[in-house]
Amino acid sequence: MKFIALLVCVALGAVLLVATSDLPDWGDPQSPASVHLSRYYIENSMEQTSVPNFVTAVLADYRGYDTMFETAVIFCAGITVLTILRRSHRRKKKDVKPRPSRSDQDIILQSAARLIVPMMQLFALYVLAHGHHSPGGGFQGGAIAGASFILLAISYDLKMVLNQIKERVIMFFSGLGVFIYAGIGIICLFLGGNFLDYSRLSKILPATEVEARSHGMLGIEIGVFITVTFIIISLYADLASGGEMDEGL
Amino acid sequence: MEVSNAILWQFDVLVLLMVVVCAVVALQLKDLVSSAIVLGAYSFFMCILWTGMLAVDVAFTEAAVGAGVSTFLFLGTALHVKRRTKD
Repeated sequence: MKFIALLVCVALGAVLLVATSDLPDWGDPQSPASVHLSRYYIENSMEQTSVPNFVTAVLADYRGYDTMFETAVIFCAGITVLTILRRSHRRKKKDVKPRPSRSDQDIILQSAARLIVPMMQLFALYVLAHGHHSPGGGFQGGAIAGASFILLAISYDLKMVLNQIKERVIMFFSGLGVFIYAGIGIICLFLGGNFLDYSRLSKILPATEVEARSHGMLGIEIGVFITVTFIIISLYADLASGGEMDEGL
Repeated sequence: MEVSNAILWQFDVLVLLMVVVCAVVALQLKDLVSSAIVLGAYSFFMCILWTGMLAVDVAFTEAAVGAGVSTFLFLGTALHVKRRTKD
């Protein structure tokens, strides 16, 4: 059986390798993607949205629907893991052998974490706020901010993190991010534009229509940031403690 | 058209080789915790590849999510399932 699986894998890999010879060369200016679509974004995104990093412009403005539902997918993934794994303490515990207490043991780890965590959180905010000009944005910043809490949970204790941020708060903020994103879209609707048409925000923001698209993008990136951060904390807490929420790794 | 800032092709080949090696090793290891760590290394090499292709946004995401967070999600999961696989 294993031999057949190997044979199928090798055959599929060979077919894919042969197929790659038909793909356009890497960075080929004559390839279909570069001729039609990319050129439009590269030439027009700065004038239309005043965002220099057109990856962000495409992600948050031209393809705003995609990103909104990506955020919703992350939210749903977090909710699903929570629904499947979360157990209350009242239910019968599996007989897991208790791990030795680790407090007062990891002085090097804990001191390093105390230094690194504020840096990580500050850097996450920088990545979020500077996503218009350099690589980064809500997803990356949120992942870094979530990772900083995971680092805290590893070097100290999962309980310590969950005492700082209650589960109720985590779930509230995970939903709040998606709400901010969709809310900005609906505000645009009420201002007379299409859903997620940020240029309409110029009616309530002190900005021109082009600048308003940039501000709208920042708003939805903040929503993505909040959702990703708290869903990552929730995912880690559920997976690492097996749903008991008492001890992590 | 010659790309002016292409990195050394030998370096490209080396990183590609490491990606393949990491992928195969992650599949072959019996211990799920070691497998998770090797997958983290795999993500790191993919991140280098993305950077080489000047897709910095993707590389950034790969480094934060692939090499950072998902390694710990795998680790947390591996400790709660049967740690050693049979095949």
